[in-house]
Amino acid sequence: MHLIADIAATHIRGRGRQTFLSIAGVAMGVGFSIMMASLMQGSQEDFIDTLIDTIPHIAIEDEERHPPVQPASMTFDAVKIEGLRPREKLRGIRNADGIIASLESWLPGDVAPNLTGQAVIRYAGKDLSVTVVGIDVDAERLVSTIDDDMREGSLDDLNTTANGLVVGDGVLDRLGAKVGDLVTVTSPVGVVRKFKIVGSFHTGAVANDNGLGYTLLKTAQVIQDKANVVNRIRIRLDDVNASTPIAARLESQFGYKAESWEEANEGLMEAFLIRNIIMFTVVAAILIVAGFGIFNIISQITHEKAHDIAIMKSLGFPESDIIRIFVIEGLAIGAAGSLLGCVFGFALCQALGQVEFEFAATTEVTRLPLMYSVWHYAIASGFALGSAAVAGWLPARNAARLNPVDIIRGAA
Amino acid sequence: MTDGTPLLEARGVTRILPGIVPVTLVENISIVFGHGEFVSITGPSGSGKSSLLYLLGLLDVPTTGEVFINGVSTAELNKTERAETRLKTIGFVFQFHFLLPEFSALDNVMLPMRKLGLRDAVEMRESAAGLLSALGLEEHLHKRPDQLSGGQRQRVAVARALANDPPLILADEPTGSLDSRSTEQVFHILKKIVDNEGRTVIAVTHEMDFAAATERRIHLVDGRVAQDEAQSPASAMRGGGPEALGSHAQS
Repeated sequence: MHLIADIAATHIRGRGRQTFLSIAGVAMGVGFSIMMASLMQGSQEDFIDTLIDTIPHIAIEDEERHPPVQPASMTFDAVKIEGLRPREKLRGIRNADGIIASLESWLPGDVAPNLTGQAVIRYAGKDLSVTVVGIDVDAERLVSTIDDDMREGSLDDLNTTANGLVVGDGVLDRLGAKVGDLVTVTSPVGVVRKFKIVGSFHTGAVANDNGLGYTLLKTAQVIQDKANVVNRIRIRLDDVNASTPIAARLESQFGYKAESWEEANEGLMEAFLIRNIIMFTVVAAILIVAGFGIFNIISQITHEKAHDIAIMKSLGFPESDIIRIFVIEGLAIGAAGSLLGCVFGFALCQALGQVEFEFAATTEVTRLPLMYSVWHYAIASGFALGSAAVAGWLPARNAARLNPVDIIRGAA
Repeated sequence: MTDGTPLLEARGVTRILPGIVPVTLVENISIVFGHGEFVSITGPSGSGKSSLLYLLGLLDVPTTGEVFINGVSTAELNKTERAETRLKTIGFVFQFHFLLPEFSALDNVMLPMRKLGLRDAVEMRESAAGLLSALGLEEHLHKRPDQLSGGQRQRVAVARALANDPPLILADEPTGSLDSRSTEQVFHILKKIVDNEGRTVIAVTHEMDFAAATERRIHLVDGRVAQDEAQSPASAMRGGGPEALGSHAQS
């Protein structure tokens, strides 16, 4: 064995219990860090999965990012034109059929047209304002999970019932209606129609459950008085992570605002970033504390081995050798602790994965969301090794500076 | 070895410990040591004999003046270079053995060899075993320091000082903590190193018997050389050890 490593090994071997405690300290730090990272990232992934299941990956809206330039501004080279009245435009995505046909030809995913508008549902003297979304049942199934959230009836009933309406279960509760009842729907443009409630859904998102209804696209176009108009195209991609670049491409191609789920949930992404920063801070703190254990044992060794250090220096070992001895000791403890910690962390994750929860609202059994990633193990071990090296180096540097003469004199 | 260049030379060496009240350890010492000399340095406590030895052994740096080894000044060497010089040319023996407690006698002797790294493991093992056997320790090669007696430990320390075949051995009270029988043994070993192997041994001692038996005696008082007398080789030869020369122990 190499001389320096040989000497380092004798120091560690001579103090089994203390070494074991330091290793255990590092192992606990690494283990808990891994567990925490796994849980934090797992819950984040789980949340995002749930989130992007309920919303489109990309939504093309009948809006533009910037107000359109008025023809007058293009004609006259003026600084400012006052008193212009903007041209009234029929809202909606122009040539929606063309856009959808184009998207279906190349986009890796599914596309569904919507017409979203407000309406008031009246039943038994109660009024309730809801958002009514006109959908193409077969296309909508591919881009949203609404089919899975159906409580009563099904989306197919929309196709078989004239003026059928599917609403959230909260809407039914608030109206006091039930599936099969007839309700009156009044649109902002004054169209009034009788609708039959053919189904209800429960998504878990209160805003949707208490204020959303689905009907056929054609029916929605009638009550909103917008024949053949689509004001929203929902896209579900095969690869969620490609949504931002694809959204940018769609926007430049069609001129309409195309919003990716990441953009729509910018605040949430920021929250996740902050959560991750907190997590890494705590992980770092745990491992630094573990580093103190190493610092403690190494500085104790350097004190006890002052005579050895003095004699080695007088024999002709340079300071760098002395430092190396103790850094190797720190690293050895750190490495053993990391290895043990990885096993411990994996075991903790496995144990947590066994824990089952039952929510009162749903009867399904939920497990803790855990994410397994080699990175968690690599980062925790790397950090532990780094802090171990520093914890060894600090006392080693002081020990190496000792003047052998002082110690030899002191012993005499 | 005998090209006229002295092995070790101190030229105007002064060492002052800085502080609120600076302490002068040794003052303006100039001495020359050749090859194959057996020198003792004596003096009362605080006369600077150990300090001088550390300066000669490059463990300490003079405030002014220079130490030359083989005619080369060591003033410009940095810490690492001084360490390397010690490794190759100087062997130390201290009052306490300072053996690494976890290492066997053999491993302790091999320590400087392994650091120098010029020979392979088998050669180093043989060489270390040879050194220990020559000092009468062939039975104790694999014992750890705590399994050896004080005299045996000190002999291991001498073997370790000889590990890299240095021309210069510096000893600080090498028999200071030994009984008279062990003292005699260690003295004979040191003498043999000088007489048979042509090395120079410089030993700090407060034992007059020991000093009297050496060929050259340097007496320090208050950090200065008070006396530097060479005994005639004949009388040194006649004396075999400190006990035999007890009557001459006056310097």
